[in-house]
Amino acid sequence: MSTVEELAARDDRVAGRPLAARVLSRPEVGSLVAAVVIFLLFMAVAEPFRNVANVGTILYGASTIGMMAVPVALLMIGGEFDLSAGVAVTTAGLSGSLLAWNFGLNVWVGVLFSLVLAVAIGAFNGWLLLRTGLPSFLVTLGTFFVLQGVNLGVTRIATGNVASAGINDMDGFASAHAVFGSEVTIGPINLKITVLYWVLLTLIAAYVLLRTRIGNWIFAVGGDAGAARAVGVPVRATKVGLFMAVGFCAWLSGMHLLFQFNTVQSGEGVGKEFIFIIAAVIGGCLLTGGYGSVVGASIGALIFGMTQLGINYAGWNPDWFRTFLGVMLLLATIVNLYVKRRADLR
Amino acid sequence: MTAILSLSNVGKSYGNVHALRDVSLSVRQGEVTCVLGDNGAGKSTLIKIVSGLHPHSAGEVSLDGSPVSFGSPRDAQAAGIATVYQDLALAPLMSVWRNFFLGNELRSGLLRMLDIASMKRICAAELSKMGIVIPDLERPVASLSGGQRQCVAIARAIYFGARVIILDEPTAALGVKQSGLVLRYVVKARDAGLGVIFITHNPHHAYLVGNHFVILKLGRVVLDAHRDSLTLDRLAAEMAGGEELAELSHELRGVDAGKVVPPASPS
Ligand SMILES: Nc1ncnc2c1ncn2[C@@H]1O[C@H](COP(=O)(O)OP(=O)(O)OP(=O)(O)O)[C@@H](O)[C@H]1O
Ligand SMILES: [Mg+2]
Repeated sequence: MSTVEELAARDDRVAGRPLAARVLSRPEVGSLVAAVVIFLLFMAVAEPFRNVANVGTILYGASTIGMMAVPVALLMIGGEFDLSAGVAVTTAGLSGSLLAWNFGLNVWVGVLFSLVLAVAIGAFNGWLLLRTGLPSFLVTLGTFFVLQGVNLGVTRIATGNVASAGINDMDGFASAHAVFGSEVTIGPINLKITVLYWVLLTLIAAYVLLRTRIGNWIFAVGGDAGAARAVGVPVRATKVGLFMAVGFCAWLSGMHLLFQFNTVQSGEGVGKEFIFIIAAVIGGCLLTGGYGSVVGASIGALIFGMTQLGINYAGWNPDWFRTFLGVMLLLATIVNLYVKRRADLR
Repeated sequence: MTAILSLSNVGKSYGNVHALRDVSLSVRQGEVTCVLGDNGAGKSTLIKIVSGLHPHSAGEVSLDGSPVSFGSPRDAQAAGIATVYQDLALAPLMSVWRNFFLGNELRSGLLRMLDIASMKRICAAELSKMGIVIPDLERPVASLSGGQRQCVAIARAIYFGARVIILDEPTAALGVKQSGLVLRYVVKARDAGLGVIFITHNPHHAYLVGNHFVILKLGRVVLDAHRDSLTLDRLAAEMAGGEELAELSHELRGVDAGKVVPPASPS
């Protein structure tokens, strides 16, 4: 048997794992490389992209995706999907608006109602999933269709229209607008408040994931739920909590939608759920759970924001945007896989 | 000797499969209770009940004399019962130290942040006590060998088991040196006053450390004996099922082990 000193010596030798390998084995590396490449590409080909004033626009685009990509990434690390995340944003915006408008209440009542509803939808998704044991792909696909129909149907009943009625003349609108839709100007750059929310959510989520017990549980329930339960991790609570976090962020996004544009289109949000998932996957989340990064998901959202506007600024036909996105997804996934293998081989 | 944990007439059915019937057993302080039996005899089912993974469907489990039914493994752990499962191991993509402390994370400071430095230090120390060196505790456990993973799980149970440690075939994947270490740990835990349930197929291992032996067969207890009233040969014979062994040796007597298969001629 080896002596303790021998063991320690061997420990020391291998503990000096090359910094490069350690950095490269981070899940977000692939997305960082992709973000730099795309940034340089548009810097080269799109003149308006070089204009500092457009930073605000690009970040705004990224923030509206990022605010949802962050909780969706957490959920994916926890081993589940939420296909209803896109339409849940619309539901949140609509429910707040319609309640306040229909009953002539202060809009803050609508804001609170919407918060409760959005988090409850998340909790319902989680509960149904655990109750039935069905895959989350199916459960949330169901919720996705249900909410899509409810959005259209309830809006039609309440307003006779496909969009919610304007609420900018109602009590509390000004303060709610300040909280959910304001912007600040720093030099030539106009920053929407969503950018602040996005950065905050990213920081909080990254902290929770890597530095708290709950973060440990999230990785564990996504990696092997059975093993996690066996060592005492509250698997159900963790999963339901993750769905509720998605609900909370859907509420925040929905409130921005409402107070930024005053009305919400009831058909909006369909297809967004995949964009959130794409951002998370570009950021290094595995579809199988147990691995990923919220910082990566935010970089994924940034890539999305840059591409969306870069294509415009470069004068390319925006029809190609989705194609570009699809190629990006495949490339990022391949890069992630390659980088991970290289880093693991050392 | 006081029984920490005792089972009386416990039964468990999975649908129409009666995996356990009328099992009584007690785990005493400072004793190793070995559970032996064939594949499918119900050993893992038994320990899953005691660890809170499955509820039992009949009988009574009592802790310190009062009946309990653990709702979840977390409850069992809170009662000081730590388990190494045969089939439920570790989260593959998580690092070694995160797995080691999973469910029992150390936290410090106002924000209840993970105390990563202490966890890594303790994890490294506990693993090197088991005689395995894992160069980098940040590596995912998926990159460890099966035996190393098993050692992580065992080291974890030994570290966190406050009153009862349950080991379900812990030595099945281990080398001679590590098996020896595990057995030594079992003895150490026993001498420290813990109750140990040790499940194995190997009567030699069992007899080395066991105080009490329970053999399960088709979900029933067929032997429950103290070490004093049992020899190793008798234990091995009981495990193989007495007359079945005689039958087997009779059958095999006809086979000449020397020339079972002719060596293949190179072509
Ligand atoms: N989740 C389950 N659902 C249905 N039947 C099960 C389940 N788990 C175990 N069984 C059945 O219960 C019986 C006992 O299984 P158990 O795993 O307890 O055996 P074991 O003694 O641990 O065997 P081994 O030595 O192979 O580990 C087997 O017949 C098995 O098929
Ligand atoms: Mg078993």
